[in-house]
Amino acid sequence: MTYIAKPKFHHPGLPKNELGYTHRDYEGKISTLCAGCGHDSITASIIEACYELSIEPHRVAKISGIGCSSKTPDYFLGNSHGFNSVHGRMPSVLTGANLANRDLIYLGVSGDGDSASIGFGQFAHSIRRGVNMTYIVENNGVYGLTKGQFSATADRGSKSKKGVTNTDNAIDLVAIALQLGASFVARSFSGDKTQLVPLIAAAIRHKGAAFIDVVSPCIAFNNHAGSTKSFDYVREHNDAVNRLDVLTGRDPITVDYAPGTVQMVEQHDGTRLALRKIDADYDANDRLAAMTFLQKHAAKGQVVTGLLYVDPDAEDLHAHLDTVETPLNSLEAKDLCPGTAALEKINASLR
Amino acid sequence: MKPTDISAPDYFHKVVDCQWACPAHTPVPEYIRLIAEGRYSDAYMINWKSNVFPGILGRTCDRPCEPACRRGRVEENPVAICRLKRVAADFKDDVKHRMPKPLAKNGKRIALVGGGPASLTVARDLAPLGYHCTVFDADPKAGGMMRSQIPKFRLPDTVIDEETDYILNLGVEFKGGHRIDSLKKLLNENYDAIFIGSGAPRGRELDIPGRKEAASNIHIGIEWLASVSFGHVEKIGRRVIVLGGGNTAMDCCRTARRLGGQDVKVIVRSGFEEMKASPWEKEDALHEDIPILNYMVPVAFKHVGGKLIGVTFQKVKAEYDANGRRNLVPSGEPDQTIPCDDVLVAVGQENAFPWIERDCGIEFDKWNMPQVDTKTFVSTNPKVFFGGDAAFGPKNIIWAVAHGHDAALSIHKMISGEDITERPLPEVQVFSQKMGIHEWSYDNDISGDKRYKVPHRDKVIALKDIKAEVELGYDVKLALGEAQRCLNCDVQTVFSAPACIECDACVDICPMDCITFTENGEEEDLRQRLKAPSPRPDQALYVAEGLKTGRVMVKDEDVCLHCGLCAERCPTGAWDMQKYLIDMTYAGSTCQSKARSAA
Repeated sequence: MTYIAKPKFHHPGLPKNELGYTHRDYEGKISTLCAGCGHDSITASIIEACYELSIEPHRVAKISGIGCSSKTPDYFLGNSHGFNSVHGRMPSVLTGANLANRDLIYLGVSGDGDSASIGFGQFAHSIRRGVNMTYIVENNGVYGLTKGQFSATADRGSKSKKGVTNTDNAIDLVAIALQLGASFVARSFSGDKTQLVPLIAAAIRHKGAAFIDVVSPCIAFNNHAGSTKSFDYVREHNDAVNRLDVLTGRDPITVDYAPGTVQMVEQHDGTRLALRKIDADYDANDRLAAMTFLQKHAAKGQVVTGLLYVDPDAEDLHAHLDTVETPLNSLEAKDLCPGTAALEKINASLR
Repeated sequence: MKPTDISAPDYFHKVVDCQWACPAHTPVPEYIRLIAEGRYSDAYMINWKSNVFPGILGRTCDRPCEPACRRGRVEENPVAICRLKRVAADFKDDVKHRMPKPLAKNGKRIALVGGGPASLTVARDLAPLGYHCTVFDADPKAGGMMRSQIPKFRLPDTVIDEETDYILNLGVEFKGGHRIDSLKKLLNENYDAIFIGSGAPRGRELDIPGRKEAASNIHIGIEWLASVSFGHVEKIGRRVIVLGGGNTAMDCCRTARRLGGQDVKVIVRSGFEEMKASPWEKEDALHEDIPILNYMVPVAFKHVGGKLIGVTFQKVKAEYDANGRRNLVPSGEPDQTIPCDDVLVAVGQENAFPWIERDCGIEFDKWNMPQVDTKTFVSTNPKVFFGGDAAFGPKNIIWAVAHGHDAALSIHKMISGEDITERPLPEVQVFSQKMGIHEWSYDNDISGDKRYKVPHRDKVIALKDIKAEVELGYDVKLALGEAQRCLNCDVQTVFSAPACIECDACVDICPMDCITFTENGEEEDLRQRLKAPSPRPDQALYVAEGLKTGRVMVKDEDVCLHCGLCAERCPTGAWDMQKYLIDMTYAGSTCQSKARSAA
């Protein structure tokens, strides 16, 4: 832990985004996590993505549960709304908030304990319902706060710091998310910001349930030989299927690759995703193929990363439920209480 | 790029911008930390060793360190390094007992011509080694131009007395009121070496019509200042024009304000911005209600019956040719005559060596300057050395001190029978500042304070008394606040690639975006790919290779705050904060032949 505040000074030549902010303006408090924690790199990536998208910090709600990962919303977007909820309950709180006010950008931050153990059900239902959110799991495969027991995402056969082998099967949150109908599914690695930042940006711009599983090594308890969530292991076994460029309205298209190697995907809000294929056969629009691909490569011990699936035309929970567009806190009394005539009409329809 | 060799003594030295810029390489951050700790005497002695005149320089230095100060690239103003030096001098205890104890006399005799900063530095370095140093000066007291040309309201006599005495008390013989008028004669006195630190004593003339006729009211700046300093001049006319834009002009105009000049103007040929005077000296003059008029070239002194009545100026403007060279060309406006009672001419200084016979082995160049080696300061006569303004023309005190140190080393080597061109490398120490997991032996919490103003004496009172020092100096509290602004640039970020696991923690935490992990490339290309722009190619890139992914770590030294957060957030200790101290080589440094001991 660091005891001094991060100095306010910043590089005099830092570029500014459309709002006139530098990326430093998207920071929060200084991290209290262990030195070198992968989560801090994810924090930095969220900061970078929000800076690049010129997001107004007060238009963001960041919601988390309990755990090392769930502490991180304190370290980014210091001027956003935040809710540090009960263990595993981030998805419910986020769903509720989203239903009450669809105008905010919802950022759910969770960990492998929070989402794959105590909050597994919550995770499943928020994805299943298609809540419009960016759901990030900072996945290190161990319970760091309680000194390194295997979590539910630890791979079978991987070794703990003390040398104990994990005998349980792992939950692959990406596979589950695909199966439950998430309309944006990605996996990345905290040690690869060039991959992670555009994925977060694209997920924020995606309408629907966007899920990103970020492998994030735990320096203190899960960065040793025998771990499958260590810097070295992930670097050696990283199988990226594509690279992503997020093109918002004002950016020119700068990607210049051989025809057929770039797939353009246009999302609801006009954001275009330029997917540079690394694996020529991989199709990010094919949910079934993605699931098969994942299983095959996982069996070989590979960590498949990249934008694994996207449905650009997805709809969200509000569309399914046909809810009112105005945030609940802005509805006037006459909207909430439409009068006797309206009541009579409703009653009549139920007779 | 090739990986950076951090064991080269110059690499980290350059990162300490202030120390690198100081001609005498004063370890600035080290003494500023001591001031923050209240250890004023220790801070003074560090200065004394490097620059010999901390109290004097703390008031008058030209401060090459401050424009170089990293703080000035991070926010508006650099650390007030110069005035902190004065703090060390003001608040120190008695330091007499800390002065060197001279060794027994070695029988070698050195003559030093001129009692200014260059000669006194040579004496300071050589007297403790047992040399018999004799300083000759035409003035009765030691100090040279520091005493004669700098007004007392900037530099009181007590400060000069104290700091010249520290040197003279090392057993240096001072012959005041003794002008050397023949080098030949001096050579015949069989000194083992002669050092000439006689300054640039001649004020440049302004030969325009009316100069002779109105001579009684036209004064050469430095001569006039010296006359004021020694009490020969106590008055000047009500309306005074000062010609010239250097620091001497600033001293002239402010002195004139105190001797009865009510309407004092400084008039310069160039633009205000290009004036040679230091910005703070211009500010002080403006503060004393002295306007500075620019782009006006004096063309004639107007006089009636032998009495000066004004100066006529041609108006000019600056034009730049294809090579960017500035030319002052007439603007076409009519000439302007400004009435005045006295004129002070401060348009430059020159060396003058009428007392050096041209047949005593000293070659002169085409500008009639002695040929002096820029490193060893020896002339073409192996026993005669030059330094200060006498060597390469007018500069300032801190340069004179730097010359003095180098000349003293040469003299010592020459007399010891060594090759004077062989200059021993400085000694370098680099050691970790780590005390605990997140504890450092320096204060790494960065102060956001703006530069503190030095309190000044009330203007009305200051203008009444020519001896009343205008600047009052920082008090202890202000000094502490200012000292905290120092970024500790001598506490270096040292990177060890084999320990690095490339977790990016340092990249994420660095408040200045100094650190980038990327593929290697040529410097120009690398500078394009850094996390933050790199507009200053004079600031080094620290490149380290040997990382597992084959990338390189690149740190742009430019605006690093030396806050140590990279090292605090590093899980493997690949980053460390290490204090870099460099001991410049002086005459008599113990291990002259020892190879450098660097990181």
